[in-house]
Amino acid sequence: MTATTTRKLDPLPRGSEWSIESIDRYHTEIARVAGHYRLDTYPVQIEIITAEQMMDAYASVGMPVNYHHWSFGKHFLATEKGYRRGQMGLAYEIVINSNPCIAYLMEENTLTMQGLVIAHAAYGHNSFFKGNYLFRTWTNADAIIDYLIFARNYIGECEERHGEEEVETLLDACHALMNLGVDRYKRPPKLSLAKEKLRQQDRENYLQSQVNELWRTLPAHDIHARAESPGRFPPEPEENLLYFVEKNAPLLEPWQREIVRIVRKIAQYFFPQRQTQVMNEGWATFWHYTLLNHLYDEGLLADSFMLEFLQSHTNVVYQPPYNATWYNGINPYALGFAMWQDIRRICEHPDDEDRRWFPEIAGSDWLETFDFAMRNFKDESFIAQYLSPKVMRNFRMFAVLDDDRQNKLKVSAIHDDEGFRHVRDVLSDHYNLGAREPNVQVWNVDLRGDRSLTLRHQQHSRRPLGDSTSEVMKHLARLWGFTVRLETVGAEGQIELHTEIRSDKRRIGDAG
Amino acid sequence: MVRIIDRRFDSKNKSTVNRQRFMRRFKQQIRKAVSGAIEGRSIRDLENGEEVAIPARDLSEPSLHHGRGGIWEQVFSGNDQFSAGDLINRPLGGGAGGSGQGKASNEGEHEDDFVFQLSREEFLDLFFEDLELPRLVRTQLAKVTEYKTQRAGFTADGVPANINIIRSMRSALGRRLALGSPYAGKLRELQQQLDELLARCSGEEACGDSEEARALREEIARLREKIEQIPFIERFDLRYNNRIRVPCPTTRAVMFCLMDVSGSMSEERKSTAKRFFMLLYLFLTRSYEHIEVVFIRHHTVAKEVDEDEFFHSRESGGTVVSSALLLMRDILRQRYANGQWNIYGAQASDGDNWDNDSPLCSQLLTRDILPSCQYFAYIEITAGEPQNLWREYARIADEQPHFAMQRIESPADIYPVFRELFKKTIL
Repeated sequence: MTATTTRKLDPLPRGSEWSIESIDRYHTEIARVAGHYRLDTYPVQIEIITAEQMMDAYASVGMPVNYHHWSFGKHFLATEKGYRRGQMGLAYEIVINSNPCIAYLMEENTLTMQGLVIAHAAYGHNSFFKGNYLFRTWTNADAIIDYLIFARNYIGECEERHGEEEVETLLDACHALMNLGVDRYKRPPKLSLAKEKLRQQDRENYLQSQVNELWRTLPAHDIHARAESPGRFPPEPEENLLYFVEKNAPLLEPWQREIVRIVRKIAQYFFPQRQTQVMNEGWATFWHYTLLNHLYDEGLLADSFMLEFLQSHTNVVYQPPYNATWYNGINPYALGFAMWQDIRRICEHPDDEDRRWFPEIAGSDWLETFDFAMRNFKDESFIAQYLSPKVMRNFRMFAVLDDDRQNKLKVSAIHDDEGFRHVRDVLSDHYNLGAREPNVQVWNVDLRGDRSLTLRHQQHSRRPLGDSTSEVMKHLARLWGFTVRLETVGAEGQIELHTEIRSDKRRIGDAG
Repeated sequence: MVRIIDRRFDSKNKSTVNRQRFMRRFKQQIRKAVSGAIEGRSIRDLENGEEVAIPARDLSEPSLHHGRGGIWEQVFSGNDQFSAGDLINRPLGGGAGGSGQGKASNEGEHEDDFVFQLSREEFLDLFFEDLELPRLVRTQLAKVTEYKTQRAGFTADGVPANINIIRSMRSALGRRLALGSPYAGKLRELQQQLDELLARCSGEEACGDSEEARALREEIARLREKIEQIPFIERFDLRYNNRIRVPCPTTRAVMFCLMDVSGSMSEERKSTAKRFFMLLYLFLTRSYEHIEVVFIRHHTVAKEVDEDEFFHSRESGGTVVSSALLLMRDILRQRYANGQWNIYGAQASDGDNWDNDSPLCSQLLTRDILPSCQYFAYIEITAGEPQNLWREYARIADEQPHFAMQRIESPADIYPVFRELFKKTIL
């Protein structure tokens, strides 16, 4: 055995007051144990901040820098009010998917909480960011901070040059479309600050020339074969609305296109987080639990530490029943933690049911299984793959079917042998962004007519669009500059017009 | 290796800009909320900001999402009674009943107001936006006896405690350079000659001791001595920080609140008057550092009282408005006559004065009070016809630009009337 395991370890500092040295010692020990479990992480950067700064970070979607917008101010005011009145504690951790991975520790936390946050954020989330395929393909941890700085400066310049109001209107419109500003299936190119800057000028010129294609009303169509077969533009429906607007909106100035692009890029950056909530939070919770228990078993942590830690931990993973007043859906921390714990159990102590359900992982090496699961899944597929009957039983899950054509709700399945698969499917589908968010795509642009833009909403389970849809369409019309309309495609393929916003922003004289 | 960075002393308030943008964008809504918020405050309870609520739907950020309806199938936890195939009644209004909370929370429509805290400054800024105090600037500086000292450059004489070392040393250096420069030029010349001479006859011992060299050396020594005789510092060099006293315009104001408490002034009318006085007080605090408030209430006789008694004690009787004006005049003469005070008056009444008294009031105002006042506002709190006091005052208002009068019919009129009184005017 090596010296490290035989040497008697000094217990870690106890009490609730922290100091930089004690945080450093906790970090050293946690890092050592994380290494023992082969967690692969970005380097860690721990930043100690005040509650005020935490609220600042909150307000700008958790990022250390961001451009200015009133909606962040609104967010800030809401957080501030809740915090000042003591209605709401601040989340005790914010962690940024960057390289090095930045974890914020709040000044007001006790030493126990600091230890918990280091284990949770700096090792749990960090290793997930580094390993999971979605983060690996969709985000670039090396460049995000640089990109945000670039974005803020660029938008700041635009405000000086074109006026705050103008930029704000544009950002409002982009924010309204933010959810539809991501590539769900295509892999985006990597962000790099240097490249961004170099190519920015080229892009402006190039984009303008692209746009002219839309404009062409001169006899050019004689040459183009398009004249005979009008076809649709774009030929394939486009899912990324902001991308389409950036590339094709006829009346946008180059700087406006750049801002659309910035919002789109940032939306894309946050896209994986929305798809891996259960996995990511569960993973981080599992690891803080496992790492701290390991340290306790080694005799490094005091009982008082463990009691405080466990109290906080159990609050986080509490799942209220459906009829509790504070029931707010399935708690992703609780579900994620339970699933990861359960996978470990299946690997280490499988029973007959597990062997039937999970023949491929029952009895396998749990660390390898974990690594594979963490790397290659998102919430939807993770649940479909790994949610075990035991977890469903423990949560006493049941599925309810709500069809607005029926008078009553129907319990479609419960946690029994006949129901496991159905419950699992329903829950998995709940985390499928494709089903959770309306499927709206760019269908056509009337190139040869009024240049109107048509979107199509493929209805899913007869679910209608929400109330603010027409507001969103107004924003889109502002970006597009011409008439926009939204059509809904029903289950039988029937097409209805949902909203139409008529506009034509051409200046007089441009219209030729 | 871990890096631990203590950011606690870094800039806070990164969100200030965002906050300001938010305020600017929703100015209309916030202003509306602010004008509603003035009710229920005590006249001196101004130290806090105000909590402001604006309807959440006004500032929602639209997004494309699913609405209610269609087919939803969802998983819930904590099954305690259901088996597959059970039918449940649809819960009303999002789960009021105990069993079967059918709707997912992400559909819940929260239309709570968005509530947040305005700082006192923000609150008052919004509240008094576009308003100004008439005749704010006092012109009779001659009468003002208040001074403050301020810096005014440097002088050549003063007390030792005020010596400015940098300035003094700088002028000493300048003087030394100026006085020494003729010698210094000569000195350089001679030194050069000596160097050349020594260079020419290098090696020859005698040459260095020649008559010529010796003369040069003597001359050089003499010049050096002269330069050194220039004094290092002289009385002439000394500079002193200069401080001067400048008369400063007074920022004190006194506000007279005159209220009719005769039997015809109901509790409701009094509270309307109170709110008006409070607004005026708030507004004055924006312009003056120090404000005194004099409360005078009257029925047939006037009396100076404290705030509490002013608003809350009940008395009744007939109405002789001139008694209050007389008392105001006397107090003015006794306490505020030295020209250091900006004087504001506000009178609230239901206008039901004893007939023969009204001309006297008008006389008192025009002759004794208005000349020393910055501004005098009269509000008549009545729902009916204008009363005799109103008609009498209407004549003054025509002649005197700093006399204003308005009618308030209900509490809702207070703010508009106030704005009307202090509307910014372009002269």
